Amino acid sequence: MTATRRVTDTLIVFALILLVWQILHQIAGATALPAPLPTMTYLVHMVPTARFAENAAATLKAFSLALMTAYAIGLAIGVWLGAHRLSGAVGEPILVVIYSLPKITLYPVVLLIFGLGISGKVVFGAMHGVLPVALLTMGAIRAIPPVYLRSAQILHLSPWQTITTVLLPAALPEVFTGLRIGFTVTLLGVLLGEMFASKLGLGSMIMADMSLAQSEDMVTVAIVLFAFAAIANAVLIWIEHRLHRKV
Amino acid sequence: MTRVGLIRIAVIAAAFGALELACRLGFIKHQVIIPPSEMATALYGLLVSGALNADIQRTLGIIAIVIAVSIVLGFILGLVIHALPRVREAIEPFFATYYAVPIFIFYPVLIAIFGLSPIPIVLIGVATAVVAMIIATLTGLDRVPPVLTKVARVHRLGKIATALTLQLPAAAPYLFTGVKLSVSYGFIAVIAAEFILSPAGLGRDISDAYTDFNNRRMYALILFLLLIATIINSALHALDVRWAERRTGGRS
Repeated sequence: MTATRRVTDTLIVFALILLVWQILHQIAGATALPAPLPTMTYLVHMVPTARFAENAAATLKAFSLALMTAYAIGLAIGVWLGAHRLSGAVGEPILVVIYSLPKITLYPVVLLIFGLGISGKVVFGAMHGVLPVALLTMGAIRAIPPVYLRSAQILHLSPWQTITTVLLPAALPEVFTGLRIGFTVTLLGVLLGEMFASKLGLGSMIMADMSLAQSEDMVTVAIVLFAFAAIANAVLIWIEHRLHRKV
Repeated sequence: MTRVGLIRIAVIAAAFGALELACRLGFIKHQVIIPPSEMATALYGLLVSGALNADIQRTLGIIAIVIAVSIVLGFILGLVIHALPRVREAIEPFFATYYAVPIFIFYPVLIAIFGLSPIPIVLIGVATAVVAMIIATLTGLDRVPPVLTKVARVHRLGKIATALTLQLPAAAPYLFTGVKLSVSYGFIAVIAAEFILSPAGLGRDISDAYTDFNNRRMYALILFLLLIATIINSALHALDVRWAERRTGGRS
């Protein structure tokens, strides 16, 4: 009973959002903000088009490469700073400071080094994702009970074996939280990169739509991205909860 | 200074030194990165000439407005939502996904609605920063010990008096986390918005310098923004540490 009430309440909030959207549309006019219903019909027609598919594929490719880079480097830094006490003590405040910097200011530097193509976008996206992955992995490994490490020592495990069979499984739930946040910020990084300088991708599509005053197109792309991010996040949270329950 | 602190300074200095050396020796081309010492002198020149004053005022002013609105609005909305459990249950799923979706992608939509002015920048800044403050306020109020609310009832305090004299101080540590996040998010959103499309401001300046291949100016501006952000974040962090010490110091 309470569960159904909660669902209805959430649906009511959803309806309110649509209502606010409709009111904003009435105030701003159709050229600035299309109404919800026409946007939905537009979405159904636009998503199967070649132009959308091409841009979505470009974003997806850059995003997956950026995510893999961010995960690999973030996990490596996190394991290192988590396992080596002195490095962790020295490195953590530096990482925290870099984490809260507006990294968009560094995008021109990335473009100068890596060029305007896909590698610039990938590096910029990965720059965002590395830090939460590294910080949460570090925290997770530090929180491992020391007795686990002592057992690993007694069993004469090599450093690599210790990492793969003791440290990572014990730290997995928290590390996964880092991977989830890394997913979110890497996506944002790739999109920001595309919005600033790119010929292809959903971020640049939104900017092109804005300069051509194609607001239907623009809002539709935003909604598709929202849906993608929200669904991916829900799936990742679900996995995270399962991992936490197992430990 | 502790040993860890000294090593940290050495690491940072070594990083800058290596960059300086790589630039001076020509491993890194001047068209790509200029030596850090040159960035600093370029920044000094720009600051002394006063050429940046208008943009600094504009950008920091917008950031200040965004942060102030986000903190006040976020706190008030947090109080209201906390007082209405049913509303809270309905909105909570939206909060959980809010920072997972790229809100910033709506900046062009806001420009389409409000035109190229500071309004879309302020709106996207507040939209990015306010939810962190709401969530922090809710968490903080959840952690207020029930005995305090009972004390308030015994003293027959009104809702507003209870909020100001009991709930606010009790929830302060969590609220401060919200403030820190709001400051950081507000800063990032405003700079990003200016950078991508804006009539003026420091973000726009960097983007212009990049398109003009004016590396000295671009790196000076980047250095300036990174320094400001680092100083503000470190100051907030230091305050946080001091208050935490005072709280635990009083008890033990």
